[in-house]
Amino acid sequence: MAALLEVEHLRIEFPTRRGTLVAVDDISLQIAEGEVLGVVGESGAGKSLTGTAIIGLLEPPGRIAAGEIRLMGRRIDNLPYEEMRKIRGKQIGAVFQDPLTSLNPLYSVGRQLVETIQTHTDMSPTQARTRALELLHEVGIPAAERRIDHYPHQFSGGMRQRVVIALALCVNPKLVIADEPTTALDVSIQAQIIALLKRLCRDHGTAIMLITHDMGVIAETADRVAVMYAGRIAEIGPVRSVIKEAKHPYSHGLMGSIPKINDEKERLDQIEGSMPRLTEIPPGCAFNPRCPHVFDRCRVERPELLDTGVTQASCWLYAHG
Amino acid sequence: MADMAKPLVKVAGLSRYFDVSAPWLNRVLDGQPRLMLRAVDGIDFEINKGETLALVGESGCGKSTVARLVVGLYRPSTGSIVFDGVDMAGLGGRAEMAPIRRRLQMIFQDPYASLNPRWRVSAIVSEPIRAFNLIKDEAAIVARVGQLLRQVGLSPVDGEKYPHEFSGGQRQRISIARALSSQPEFLVCDEPTSALDVSVQAQILNLMKDLQRQLGLTYLFISHNLAVVRHIADRVGVMYLGRLAEIGPKSTVFSLPRHPYTRMLLDTIPDLDMTGRQRTPVAGEVPNPINPPSGCAFHPRCPFANDRCRSERPEPKLNDTGSITACHAVEEGRLPAGPLTAAA
Repeated sequence: MAALLEVEHLRIEFPTRRGTLVAVDDISLQIAEGEVLGVVGESGAGKSLTGTAIIGLLEPPGRIAAGEIRLMGRRIDNLPYEEMRKIRGKQIGAVFQDPLTSLNPLYSVGRQLVETIQTHTDMSPTQARTRALELLHEVGIPAAERRIDHYPHQFSGGMRQRVVIALALCVNPKLVIADEPTTALDVSIQAQIIALLKRLCRDHGTAIMLITHDMGVIAETADRVAVMYAGRIAEIGPVRSVIKEAKHPYSHGLMGSIPKINDEKERLDQIEGSMPRLTEIPPGCAFNPRCPHVFDRCRVERPELLDTGVTQASCWLYAHG
Repeated sequence: MADMAKPLVKVAGLSRYFDVSAPWLNRVLDGQPRLMLRAVDGIDFEINKGETLALVGESGCGKSTVARLVVGLYRPSTGSIVFDGVDMAGLGGRAEMAPIRRRLQMIFQDPYASLNPRWRVSAIVSEPIRAFNLIKDEAAIVARVGQLLRQVGLSPVDGEKYPHEFSGGQRQRISIARALSSQPEFLVCDEPTSALDVSVQAQILNLMKDLQRQLGLTYLFISHNLAVVRHIADRVGVMYLGRLAEIGPKSTVFSLPRHPYTRMLLDTIPDLDMTGRQRTPVAGEVPNPINPPSGCAFHPRCPFANDRCRSERPEPKLNDTGSITACHAVEEGRLPAGPLTAAA
């Protein structure tokens, strides 16, 4: 199957007075049509920046310094602003963490939906409004006929996130970038939103790049998962393998440090230390100062993604020969 | 012997109402009534010495208000908070509070907001020592701060630095060192790991467990994360709209949950074991606490609600399993046993 989205050797830099910070360093990944790729990592690992770069919303001074992003074979990382605007919304939808800041507080949700639909299709205002109503029904907003004229502040957090999902899906994009879509929500609402995203994307055949720090959300939703550490992919593979038998020492440690509901462990496994700042990334493998299996090669030479059987991990433990 | 069984903290009928009325003039002109938000509405619990009670619930359920009430940052509207035999609600001024204040400390959620950025770490950690006049000698204070920093896994030389030089997890360690500096017996922790990454969260949870064992600390642990609560707590209270839906020993609440809300919450936890279990999302949302539903506050979301639930508020009753549940359906025995699958 042809990849819907291909990211190759992506590098995102921030020039500062004290030199260049490399926030995302040589990331390559593919998303197939209809596939859910989870991206996990701790804050500062570069997962959100990768998502932002894909939808072309990287804010200066951040810039793509190297690499390519291709959507359905077409390169999109170097398009002019107006061209990218047409792709955003039509081919790539976005759902962000905070539903209040993703909606315009001065327009009713109906108007925002109609505007988005009309920007990308040639529907008449009446048709667009009918479509907007359908969408609100589809995302499970009760009394949609009445709610369509309400303003964002009149909705609760969970309902707002449903509106944002309706906006992201309104012209049937091929890919949705969901950046921490449930982090700001309560656990019971979180489950509703995840179920909704899963159902809609299955129905429409939409691929999702699901960026989150919550392994539980990934376990329930994703087909494949990429674990990021200090701007690089530490491990990527089928979600079951990464969760059950992570090969990279970092993803392994990360799984052990999550408290589990069925587990009576007295102490959680812990990874000593914390992720290095972007200014202090050590040479060789960025994880080497915290790694329990570190050896000489890790301190000098940076590992590329290597095959470990089912998953791929950037770790010298899996260098054969 | 009677003293041995006495709980360290005993909270009875605790309520806190907030006045959220419109300004006086608007009320007079528009004929609006006064509006009271019942953040905490009549809850009872006890915490024994050396144990951890965790309060869980969704945002707006009043769990953080309970934390603030227990340390005396808010005054209760009604009810009592008895700490080691002294009712804190009845204490008057600062002077009367001081001896108790030393014995209870708080750890906050956001380690970026709870440390003064202009103070050196040594000043932050030694502040309670100076405030309560625990050690007079300067050199002894320095030695004590160094010992505290070592105890939480930092180095004594870190005392010379400022908070911005530390990561989130290290800052939370500083908060813990500060809380421990007055040698308290009771720590109230309001979401202490929610702002941290998971690998750092594991470090802090392990540290808190170690300190509890070494120093015989008692914790009131507030969290919205059921997995974290399961890991750290001895007993668990589940809050919903200012009331306790269920409270009991951890093993009972997690393996034999009785209240429909507890069962639904447990059902929403993402499944990391990948057993393929289908989660049943809880229908509906937490209602507005200014205008809570009549009767049992959970009835609009509860698949087992009947007329009695809609009109009469359930009182907490002790179950045969040792947990306490406020639910008519549990009391009348009309709840099906086993896991909840029929979500509305």
